[in-house]
Amino acid sequence: MALAKKEHELIVSISPHIRSEESVEKIMWTVTLSLVPAFVAGLYFFGPAALMTTAICIVSALASEWLVEKMTNRELTLKDGSAFLTGLLLGMNLPPTAPIYIPIVGSFVAVAITKQLFGGLGFNIFNPALIGRAFVLVTWPKAMTTWVAPTAAFTAMDAETTATPLGLLKEEGLGKLLEVFGDKANLYWELFLGHSAGSLGETSVFALLLGAAYLLYKRYITWQIPGSYLATVAVLAWVFGGSDPETGAFIWFAGDPLIHLLSGGLMLGVFFMATDYVTVPSVRRGQLVFGVGCGLITMLIRLKGGFPEGVMFAILLMNCFSPLIDRSFKSRTFGLAQKKEEKKEHKH
Amino acid sequence: MSLATFKGGIHPPDKKELSKDAAITPASAPDRVVIPLSQHIGAPCNAQVEIGQEVKAGQVVGSTEAFVSAPVHASVSGKVVAIGEFPNAMGRMVPSIVIENDKKDEWVELTETADYLSLSSEDLTQKIRDAGIVGMGGAAFPTVVKLSPPKEKPIDTIILNGAECEPYLTGDYRLMLERPEEIVEGLKILMRALGVKKGMIGIENNKPDAVARMKEAASGESNIEVCALEVKYPQGAEKMLIDALAGRQVPSKGGLPMDVGVVVQNVGTALAIYEAVRYGKPLTERVVTVSGEGIAMPGNLMVKIGTSVGHLLNECGGPKGEAVKMLSGGPMMGFAIYSEDVPVTKGTSGLVVLPEAEVVHDGKFKPCIRCSRCIDVCPMGLMPQMLSILSEAGVYEECKEYDLFDCFECGTCAFVCPAKRPIVQFVRLAKSQTKPG
Repeated sequence: MALAKKEHELIVSISPHIRSEESVEKIMWTVTLSLVPAFVAGLYFFGPAALMTTAICIVSALASEWLVEKMTNRELTLKDGSAFLTGLLLGMNLPPTAPIYIPIVGSFVAVAITKQLFGGLGFNIFNPALIGRAFVLVTWPKAMTTWVAPTAAFTAMDAETTATPLGLLKEEGLGKLLEVFGDKANLYWELFLGHSAGSLGETSVFALLLGAAYLLYKRYITWQIPGSYLATVAVLAWVFGGSDPETGAFIWFAGDPLIHLLSGGLMLGVFFMATDYVTVPSVRRGQLVFGVGCGLITMLIRLKGGFPEGVMFAILLMNCFSPLIDRSFKSRTFGLAQKKEEKKEHKH
Repeated sequence: MSLATFKGGIHPPDKKELSKDAAITPASAPDRVVIPLSQHIGAPCNAQVEIGQEVKAGQVVGSTEAFVSAPVHASVSGKVVAIGEFPNAMGRMVPSIVIENDKKDEWVELTETADYLSLSSEDLTQKIRDAGIVGMGGAAFPTVVKLSPPKEKPIDTIILNGAECEPYLTGDYRLMLERPEEIVEGLKILMRALGVKKGMIGIENNKPDAVARMKEAASGESNIEVCALEVKYPQGAEKMLIDALAGRQVPSKGGLPMDVGVVVQNVGTALAIYEAVRYGKPLTERVVTVSGEGIAMPGNLMVKIGTSVGHLLNECGGPKGEAVKMLSGGPMMGFAIYSEDVPVTKGTSGLVVLPEAEVVHDGKFKPCIRCSRCIDVCPMGLMPQMLSILSEAGVYEECKEYDLFDCFECGTCAFVCPAKRPIVQFVRLAKSQTKPG
C-alpha cells in the first residue's frame, strides 16, 4: 500500500474539491465592522443613551435568536453574526433616547418573527431590522418620533428635544430649516458630518460613506442598488421637491437634491439595508429596478406622504417584489444572445 | 491590449508551480494493467481477446461497430489474465481486461506514413478511429465523431485547447514546451481531415513560455494562430474557449461547437493524432500530472493506459504526510477516488493528492443567502442559486426554467459560495430526476 491512509479512510466527495475562503460568518462580521464608523459617530453626537439603546437591541436580538432556535430544536446560529448585525442595524435606526421596551420589542419582532418564523437566515422575505423598526414605529409613534439634539458631546445638560431636518422641511418648509442651520452651506456640512437630529446611526453621512466604501471595495456590495436608488432620489427631489419660499406653492425643477440625499435614513438604508442579500433581487439588472422602485417610494412618502421619512417603508415594500423581479429579470444564459452577436458581425 | 476571454469565471490558486518544471518522464512499466472496455463517452467495446491469450502492445483488445465509440488497445505486451468488472476512477464497475506485463514491450507492427498530409480526409479519419483516439482533456469524447460533422454544419475553424485552466495540472503545458512541433502537425492533420483553413491554439497567459514555444513552432504556418488567453477558470471549457477565440457562442439548450462551425481538440489529443497518423501508433499512453501537497515528488509522467493509481503514487515518492484525498483530474471538476487500485484511462489528465490541510472537510452547508456571487461568476450565465434552491426543495422540473441542462458542472458557483452549498451536487441530482427539453 502506497498510501498512509487505508482505502476506507480516503475522503470521497463531489467536485469542486477546493473552495474560496468566503463564508456567511465573514460577510456578516465584515458588514458589522463597516457600520462601526457610523455607530461611533452616533455615540459622539448622542452620548451614552445611544450606546445603551444599541446594546439592548443587540442583546435582545441574540436572545431572541437563541430562544426560537432552542424552542424549535434547531442548530444554534448565534456565531454566524446575523442576529448581532440585525440588532446593531435596528439600534442604529432608533431614536437615541428610545424607552427601554422599544429596542427589546423591536429586536424580538425583527429576529424571532421576521427572520426565524420564516425559516431563519436566507428564508425571510423582509429585512428583519426594518420590520422591527416599522413595528415599534406604529406601536409607539410618539416615542419613536421624539428626537434629541445632537449635543451629548458638547453639553452636560439633559439633551433638548427637537425635530429632524426632514421633519422641519416637511412641516415648516425650507425657510425654517435654513433658519435653524444658518445657511445652505452650513446645512450641507452639518448633515454630512451628522450633527443633526435623527436615528442614532443614520445622521453621519460621512461615517456611513466610509463604511459603504469599504464594502464596495471588498465587493461585498455592488453599485447597482445604491446607484439606482440614490440617482432616483436625486432626480425626483430636483423635479418635484421645489416650492416658492414665500407662498409655498409648488415649482417644477426647483428642488434641492442634496438636502434629500444627505438627510434622514437614506444613506444608512441605501448602503446597508437595501443591499441585504436575502431580501433584495439577486440578478444585477433586477437590482436596478429594485433601486429605482425604492427611490420612487421614498420620495413619494417624503414629498406627499404622512411621514417625513420614507426609506424604511420603501425598502420593505420593494422587498415584496424581490422574488417577482428575480423571475422577470433572469440572468441571460450563455448562447441565447446569439442573435445579437450576429447583428454585430453584420455591422463590421 | 486585453486578452481574449469570456464573461464570468474565477481565479482559484493555480498551484502549478508544484509540477510545472518537471519534464515529462516515462513511468516505470507496471506489473499488470487493467484496461477498461469503456474509457470514453459512448458505446463500450466488446472484448476481442480471451483469458490466457498472449497480446502485444498496440493490439486491439476491445472494439465495437458503434459509431460513438473508440477501440481500446493493449498498452503492454503480455498475457490476458482476467476479463471482468473492475472499478474505474469514477467509482463504477466497468468491464475490463487485465494484462500481466511480460516487460518485453513487444509491439504489433505499426504502419508509418511519411507523407501523411497527402492522405485523404477519409484515410486520416480512419487512422484516427483505428488508433482509438478520444478527447484527452478529461471528457474522453471519441475524436472521430467530432471529425464527422453532418453536411449542413460546415466547420471553418479548429481550436486546439491549451488553456489547462484546472489548478495543479501541467501535462498539457509540458507537452507544449517539449513537443510543440508535433502538436502543430496534429493540428494540420485535423485541418486537413475537416478541410478547414483556420487553426487556432488557445493558451492561458500564465504559461508565457508555452505561448512562445507554440508560436515558434507554428511560425511557418500562415493559417495557424497562437493566442494567449486571460488566466481565468474555466477558460479551458469548450464553449468558453470558442467564445474567447472565435467570438461565437455555442447555442443554449444542447448546442454543439459544430453548430457554430468550430471543432475543439485538446493539445494532448493533437499530439496523439499526429502519432497515430504518422507512425500508426494507437493511444496506449498519456501524460498524467501527479501533483498536490500530499505527494512527495510531484511530476509529469508518461503513463501506460491501465496502470494503477497506486503504481503512480510509488513512482512519485509516495504520499507525504497524511494524504486524505485523491483526485482523478483537477480539483475543480475531477473525481475523488476511493481506492488506489483504479487504472489510468485515456481521459485521466492528472492525479492530485491532497493532505488534510487542503481538504474542505465537513459536508455541512448553510441555506442560500442569495448573495449573487454564483450568478456573477457562472460562465454559462445561469442562476446557480435558483438551481440549488429548487433542487434542494425537490422541484426538479422547475429547474428547467433556469436552463438546468446548460450547466456543465464546472464548479465555479460552488467555489465562491459563502454558504458552502454543494451546488454541483444539487444540479446533478436535478438532472438525474428530470429530462432535457
